[in-house]
Amino acid sequence: MYRYTDFDAAFVRQRVAQFRAQVARRIDGSLTEDEFKPLRLMNGLYLQLHAYMLRVAIPYGTLTPAQMRQLAMIAERWDKGYGHFTTRQNVQFNWPKLQDVPDMLDALADVGMHAIQTSGNTIRNVTADHFAGAAADEIEDPRPVAELLRQWSTDHPEFQFLPRKFKIAVTGSPNDRAVTKAHDIGLRMVRDPAGAPGFEVIVGGGLGRTPMIGQVIRGFLPKADLLPYIEAIVAVYNLLGRRDNKYKARIKITVHETGLDKLRALVEAEFATRRALFDGVDQDWLAGIEAQFAPPALATKPLAPFDAAYRGDPVFRSWVNTNVDEHRAAGHAIVSISLKAHGATPGDATAAQMRVMADLAEAYGHDELRISHEQNVILPHVAKADLPAVHAQLKAAGLATANIGLISDIIACPGMDYCALATARSIPVAQDIATRFAALKLEHDIGPLKIKISGCINACGHHHVGHIGILGLDRAGVETYQITLGGDGTEDAVIGARTGPGFAYDQIVPAIERLVFAYLDLRATPDESFLDAYKRRGLAPFKAALYDIEARDAA
Amino acid sequence: MPKPFTPKVVTANALLEGEVVYLTADDTWSPRLGDAELIDDEAHAQIRLLDAEMRADEVVGVYLADAAVSVQGPRPVHFRETFRATGPSNYRHGKQEEITAK
Repeated sequence: MYRYTDFDAAFVRQRVAQFRAQVARRIDGSLTEDEFKPLRLMNGLYLQLHAYMLRVAIPYGTLTPAQMRQLAMIAERWDKGYGHFTTRQNVQFNWPKLQDVPDMLDALADVGMHAIQTSGNTIRNVTADHFAGAAADEIEDPRPVAELLRQWSTDHPEFQFLPRKFKIAVTGSPNDRAVTKAHDIGLRMVRDPAGAPGFEVIVGGGLGRTPMIGQVIRGFLPKADLLPYIEAIVAVYNLLGRRDNKYKARIKITVHETGLDKLRALVEAEFATRRALFDGVDQDWLAGIEAQFAPPALATKPLAPFDAAYRGDPVFRSWVNTNVDEHRAAGHAIVSISLKAHGATPGDATAAQMRVMADLAEAYGHDELRISHEQNVILPHVAKADLPAVHAQLKAAGLATANIGLISDIIACPGMDYCALATARSIPVAQDIATRFAALKLEHDIGPLKIKISGCINACGHHHVGHIGILGLDRAGVETYQITLGGDGTEDAVIGARTGPGFAYDQIVPAIERLVFAYLDLRATPDESFLDAYKRRGLAPFKAALYDIEARDAA
Repeated sequence: MPKPFTPKVVTANALLEGEVVYLTADDTWSPRLGDAELIDDEAHAQIRLLDAEMRADEVVGVYLADAAVSVQGPRPVHFRETFRATGPSNYRHGKQEEITAK
């Protein structure tokens, strides 16, 4: 884990002190809201529907137990006892009071955290594969590079006023768990013919009102060229990106309007100039960061306790089958802790649950926690022998729901229950779908199925890449939900196809139920997933399941 | 023919707490929509909006929201205003908490 240098610590403290003075000046009337708003946004403070919201970065989704406990403390002391983990590996506090925020930021600084550049037209929190450093399929841990990018992008003077926000995701694995193709820049680690690791650089992906899958701008970029190359892309975008229309300002539109080949030529020309200015300091620095991400020493433990529990306890077995993934080291496993108990708010954890997860990471997980973009928490390094104990403690805390990757493991944005931009609610739709399928007891039979829900066209809930995507809209003053099918957020990224007219709030859960029953009827074998069945049969049978009944009712 | 004017209330978020508040006829901010001044004249609505915008040390994001008459005072027309007036639907937080506590 990266530890703040004295420079980092002083920089973050100084920002808190500045913000403390800015808040004081806003409260005493010397700053207007127009003057204050950009200042609070630079520090992650939004004004939402019912209250302020503080968005805290969790760089590359990695937390220590001490940091998790501090989030719990902050939630209890200044919020309502919980935090909301988001699709960009941030945590949001939904109820802070303006005058308390500087103290919250100081408390974050105490554990090496901040809320800088979690808003505004800047380079945002750099996200990474939540299985980084543990995945069996990984080339290299992508987090040192993500940390390098964080340091480079934080307060970068050239990139504080980009045409629009800018999001970077990194994965070290061929299996993309970081949705790299839906980011402004996606970095996928690959090897050159000689076996040296580098990056495939993907540009111009993004969801929102104009969803686009990113395109490869550079097939292989040597690791040592990363910063100058990324800098070249952002610099070219900074000049070309549109500032006349907010909806056309993201780099995906720049790529689309400029053309990939022309953009690539501009980037390569800029890269040549900038590369010459990098004298290798960044690589020395990266080596220092890499040393701090040295993999933990994993002790071999006898597998007998695991085997016995797996054979004897069906609840444990079910949890292992859904929530535990293969680790690169034999005898170890990656544990996904579901924050999607049936009927709960996706991504929310209470302070007590945060402490349980911190304790488990300390006792069994080499002091590491991860936040996934799917709004769950990961213990990346757990000995299989310890899984029964981990499971028992999670169960006692209401954290042992065995549903990772299943229909109730839903991504949902905060929607109109919190967000000022939302056009409809998302959370209750997710709650109702999860509760309904829990009652039907069909979840495990249905198998892998990703439902993703956004409460407006900005697509924070990634609905375009959900196997089933749900988009909440305001249609003539009524909450209306559009469905998309066949989306995929992996290395085979696909934008889902719209099925047709939307459904009213009280009709969306029955509509999803009809879709799922149609899938169960038409799948070739019980092993054929929803997505595979959709790819084989296309939209037609699902459309019929959604709309024929309505046509009948209308007749 | 001009469209008939939909009655309005002046609403905003409180500067310190961020809570949704409504302008009352006697120039206070109330957390309850039912206490708001229901304005049925367009010119008066604009004046009340300007009055409210002057109070930048108390509130943020002042605007006119559509409202309708009811026996409990103004009630929301659009569902967004319903959620603003009641709070989130996943927890009894915000105004619901305060109402429960009373």
